[in-house]
Amino acid sequence: MNYHWNWGVFLSRTPSGESTYLGWLLQGLWWTVALSLAAWALALLLGTIFGVLRTVPGRWLPGLGAAYVELFRNVPLLVQLFSWYFVMPELLPRAWGDAIKQLDPMLQQFLAAWVCLGTFTAARVAEQVRAGIGSLPRGQRAASLALGLTLPQAYRHVLLPMSFRIIVPPLTSEFLNVFKNSAVASTIGLIELSRQSQQLVDYTAQPYEAFIAVTVLYLLVNVVVMAGMRWVESRARVPGYIGSK
Amino acid sequence: MIRFRDVSKWYGSFQVLDGCNLEVNKGEVVVVCGPSGSGKSTLIKCANGLEPFQKGELTVDGISVGARATNLPKLRARVGMVFQHFELFPHMSIRDNLALAQVKVLGRGRDEAVAKGRKLLERVGLAAQADKFPGQLSGGQQQRVAIARALAMDPICMLFDEPTSALDPEMINEVLEVMVELAREGMTMMCVTHEMGFAQKVAHRVVFMDQGRIVEDAPKAEFFGTPRSERAQLFLSKILHHV
Repeated sequence: MNYHWNWGVFLSRTPSGESTYLGWLLQGLWWTVALSLAAWALALLLGTIFGVLRTVPGRWLPGLGAAYVELFRNVPLLVQLFSWYFVMPELLPRAWGDAIKQLDPMLQQFLAAWVCLGTFTAARVAEQVRAGIGSLPRGQRAASLALGLTLPQAYRHVLLPMSFRIIVPPLTSEFLNVFKNSAVASTIGLIELSRQSQQLVDYTAQPYEAFIAVTVLYLLVNVVVMAGMRWVESRARVPGYIGSK
Repeated sequence: MIRFRDVSKWYGSFQVLDGCNLEVNKGEVVVVCGPSGSGKSTLIKCANGLEPFQKGELTVDGISVGARATNLPKLRARVGMVFQHFELFPHMSIRDNLALAQVKVLGRGRDEAVAKGRKLLERVGLAAQADKFPGQLSGGQQQRVAIARALAMDPICMLFDEPTSALDPEMINEVLEVMVELAREGMTMMCVTHEMGFAQKVAHRVVFMDQGRIVEDAPKAEFFGTPRSERAQLFLSKILHHV
């Protein structure tokens, strides 16, 4: 193979001169992390709400929860992203749509990707929240209500705290998925980590170094996430219950 | 105190309760027994609205349980309930299990709630376990905590739904002792149980159910002496066989 390895490429100046190629990568990393964390926060919030809705008595609220989940997990992520980015501003009242189009393009891309990733991941979180609540003995709800707690109080103090402890492992996978899925934002032009790597290839013609560096950066981020979630898991461990000593 | 008037309930087309009439007066201990599937657990869960019913009238302390306008959480806060599988909250210490509803439902201060909880733990002989978690206690201990948790709400009556059925034999007595003591103090109690020894000791009346119907409702002496229905006689002969 006649490939000319050059790891020093990361320290050389970019054409515009105001940064190095490593600087580009780190900038991309920053956008990836910011987008993913924001999307995860939205996913946890919406996912908890719709997951809970699927488990409450009655017909309408569980139906609403199910409709949300089916809509957002049965449409490809890429299609959802294009819908949020290209279609949504046209569907909104004209004034809103215009306001969005006047925003900084980077911010427009970020907002679309944030809502897209957040709502998409929320459907998956909702299913896990529902499974967590469903895994609790039915008597837990009855016992909470029998003490005089209202249904929202029963969820807040009894059902959800226990469910979240149970679903930490699958939630960890979901959290990791958010970071990986955030790469779709490159398709609407957000210069996040994977987009920066392509840019690096275009400018330096050093594809191997660029992709290896990006791989390592994604890995590093996810190792940190995994360590963090493991810490959460150990902190939330219930004495005398699953997974504890 | 608790009054069932012609209460019927269906699961789909299957009738689980068929015109049940029952009264538990203040200070009375009523034991409900019967074969499994006879509807006794469903009946007791109707009493605090955990199970809805379709027909009849049910009042607790004069308040209609089935009425739409009834504030069920408020009513349930005054009715203690103990479950077959204890249902302590596993992620909370014993202390917090006892304090939670006192604080969130009755609006007591945390210190007051903890003090009240400590008193009740002492009463059921578990003061030393306050810092532990439910998963670290034996079944009998958990059930005693569950009784203490219900008592912490200062209930006007107590419902027991097979409180000893999930316990190892050697732990049944420690729970029954707490219940006997409670009965002797004059607590109004409705107990679904197969512990006929408990019934003989403290019950005022024994109710026998079969196939969703209340077949027999008699004072204790009469029930154990000469149960009138054949079905109750058969049931008694089966469960008293080894006593």
